[in-house]
Amino acid sequence: MTTASIPLPRPASAIGRVPTWPLPLAVIVFAYAGIPLFASDYLYDAILAPFLALSLAAVGLNILTGYAGQVSLGSAAFMAVGAYAAYNFNLRVEGLPLLASIVFAGLIASAVGVVFGLPSLRLKGFYLAVSTLAAQFFVQWTLTKFSWFSNYNPSGVIDAPALNVFGYVFEGPHGRYLFSLSVVVALTVFAARLVKTQTGRNFIAVRDNETAARISGVPVLHTKLLAFAISSFIIGVAGVLWAFAYLRTVEPHGFNLDRSFQILFIIIIGGLATIRGAFFGAALIVVLPLVLSRAGTFLFGSYFDSGVLDMSQRILVGALIIVFLIAEPDGLAALGNRIARRLRLKSPTN
Amino acid sequence: MKHYGAKALLKGAVLSAVAAGSFATAAIADEQFFPLQSYRVGPYAAGGTGFFGGTIDYFNLINTRDGGVNGVKLTWEEGETQYEVERGVEVYERLKGRPNIAAWNPLSVGIAYAMIDRITQDRVPLITVNHGRTDSTDGRVFPYVFPLLLNPYSETSGIINYIASKEGGEEKLKGKKIVVLYHGSPYGKETIPIYELLKEKFGYEVQQIEVPHPGNEQQAQWLAIRRYKPDYVVLRGWGVMNPVAIKTAQKTGFPVDRIIGNVWSNSEEDVIPAGDAAIGYTAITTQASGADYPVLQEIVKTVYDGGKGNLEDKKRIGSVYHNLGIVNGILNVEAVRIAQKRFGNRTLTGDEVRWGFEHLQLDPKRVEELGAKGLFHSINVTWDNHEGDGLVTFQQWDGKKWNVVSDWIAPDWKLLRPIIEKSAEAYAKEKGIKIRTSEDADKVTELQGAASSAKN
Repeated sequence: MTTASIPLPRPASAIGRVPTWPLPLAVIVFAYAGIPLFASDYLYDAILAPFLALSLAAVGLNILTGYAGQVSLGSAAFMAVGAYAAYNFNLRVEGLPLLASIVFAGLIASAVGVVFGLPSLRLKGFYLAVSTLAAQFFVQWTLTKFSWFSNYNPSGVIDAPALNVFGYVFEGPHGRYLFSLSVVVALTVFAARLVKTQTGRNFIAVRDNETAARISGVPVLHTKLLAFAISSFIIGVAGVLWAFAYLRTVEPHGFNLDRSFQILFIIIIGGLATIRGAFFGAALIVVLPLVLSRAGTFLFGSYFDSGVLDMSQRILVGALIIVFLIAEPDGLAALGNRIARRLRLKSPTN
Repeated sequence: MKHYGAKALLKGAVLSAVAAGSFATAAIADEQFFPLQSYRVGPYAAGGTGFFGGTIDYFNLINTRDGGVNGVKLTWEEGETQYEVERGVEVYERLKGRPNIAAWNPLSVGIAYAMIDRITQDRVPLITVNHGRTDSTDGRVFPYVFPLLLNPYSETSGIINYIASKEGGEEKLKGKKIVVLYHGSPYGKETIPIYELLKEKFGYEVQQIEVPHPGNEQQAQWLAIRRYKPDYVVLRGWGVMNPVAIKTAQKTGFPVDRIIGNVWSNSEEDVIPAGDAAIGYTAITTQASGADYPVLQEIVKTVYDGGKGNLEDKKRIGSVYHNLGIVNGILNVEAVRIAQKRFGNRTLTGDEVRWGFEHLQLDPKRVEELGAKGLFHSINVTWDNHEGDGLVTFQQWDGKKWNVVSDWIAPDWKLLRPIIEKSAEAYAKEKGIKIRTSEDADKVTELQGAASSAKN
């Protein structure tokens, strides 16, 4: 009955079950202890900061689209809601700790997400995607139209506050990185746990066959709205990271439709319904263009102007994405699995 | 195979990132570096190629003709931003560790906003010629930000003064109807309060109508304008919105010579696509167009004839954006020269160049010596006025080129200054910035900016 376009978590294979936690743990330890050993300002501020924020947004969208099967094009709008809400909580509520502002911002994004998730009760697939576009346009319009959101700043661009957590200010590239990393790790662990619970299984049931899910007693409406709520919460917090820890300024146009597409592409390329896929996808979409652009400038900078280099780099990234998707339509996460399986088969113990 | 490929990719990423970090090696003597966050692709490429082309052409002229500024060579590197904030930030992070940075010139409000905190910490000036954050005019609060020549408020005041002069005096403005057709973006909205404020002073009526981005459909707005029957329409447009506005005006029967474009609606790229509908359209500018000025002639002779010209299409030499780039080049180079008078003819730190910008006083005589008489009027930057009292002029499109149709007009700075100060002080309070005095402005850090403040 299942359409099987999206892989379900596979049962332990005959080769023997390998515990799943050591690898993520190793990655986290490396991120905290290993990267600071060699990272430069550039790596922190220009590569890791956007990578972390967009990875988190992709984790959020993956819960909605990958696990619960609801396609959304409103991610950038929810990021914007998060960023502006955190800014306003921080500005207008005297003495509210930054972390509390961020949590409240996530909750506001979550509420907005539920409102724009209501059409999902009636619409599916592309129709739902188009209806979430409303969020994209409405939020951007609201934030430019009403100056209150940007504290009456004439051009509607706001400055992010310092990252002050219980008196400790996360300053400098390394400090901001640690801040982002901690938020991302906390929410990713939450998401990874969530999808293994009954709620997570409900998401998958709704995605795979709504009627079957309803018959087996899954509260479909409730589950869909919950998916919108949790997903928007995470995406909202990602918006805060994007604005506060990466750009350190916010303007509504930074959260346009392109950004929503970017996040959608991240999860498609990274792998739907996987947590690590969000990180693989973000790495490909965020980091690869930068590496190519730097390499291009380094190798050909004296022969061509930056416009030509930029165009050729876009062509290359596009071609690579096509190659990746042909090689593994289920995304980079599945590609990784396949490689790991093959390596295991080849290993001499078998 | 694939596994190996991915690994190599990762390795490459890490290596290049590491290389970026260790780039800030020993300074090469007597060079002044200009990081250029340019945009040569994307929707605003016309502006980007013209502006950055002009600035680079002028730098090339100084290097080839004079051997640099008093022997100090000008160097630069471009990074493509496509006018996007996050790409601008990436280029900033990429280039900020380079030695001998003189100043940043992003030509983008969004990128400039994102850089204010960063460059203030680095102690390197940020130049936003003709645009930028209005309250950064107040040098007491924004020591390193320079919206040179014209900020959005002055532009508004200049346009109203021009309408007054066309009508025959300020008192004639009373009862006149003006429509401001603005781009639905932070940039477009920035002047809304100023049109309202000037309304109180002059007694005209104003209706401000928004055009949603990108503005390629304006039937509804122009029908509203037709009903309102204004005496003038001020076009505060952007990109494709401008030619569409001019064409739609013609369709709805609004006379084009009653439309006045702002400083981002004043280029050839805004009128040529509108064809004959644009003949008679007038727009504000801080720098005249045309290639007859001595400095442009020298650029053609020294740079283009030597095969080093930056514009691919030589017909664009002397166009609005190209000339703005050249004026921007002049302002940057002169700031360096002025700072050299105090600190010596050597490579300067960012903070020393900041001091130069704060003494960037070019009277009409000096402008003439630079071969730019008539190209722009004059500038008078001080430590607390970072705009520098630029004068504006108006140009009319005749179907082939722009012709200057007004004298140099002064905006009403006295009226605007208190509003700017109020806004800047609010910003200082929000950010906990100590308001600077003229003594503070005279103190100069001799350490190289970004390199010293990195790794904090």
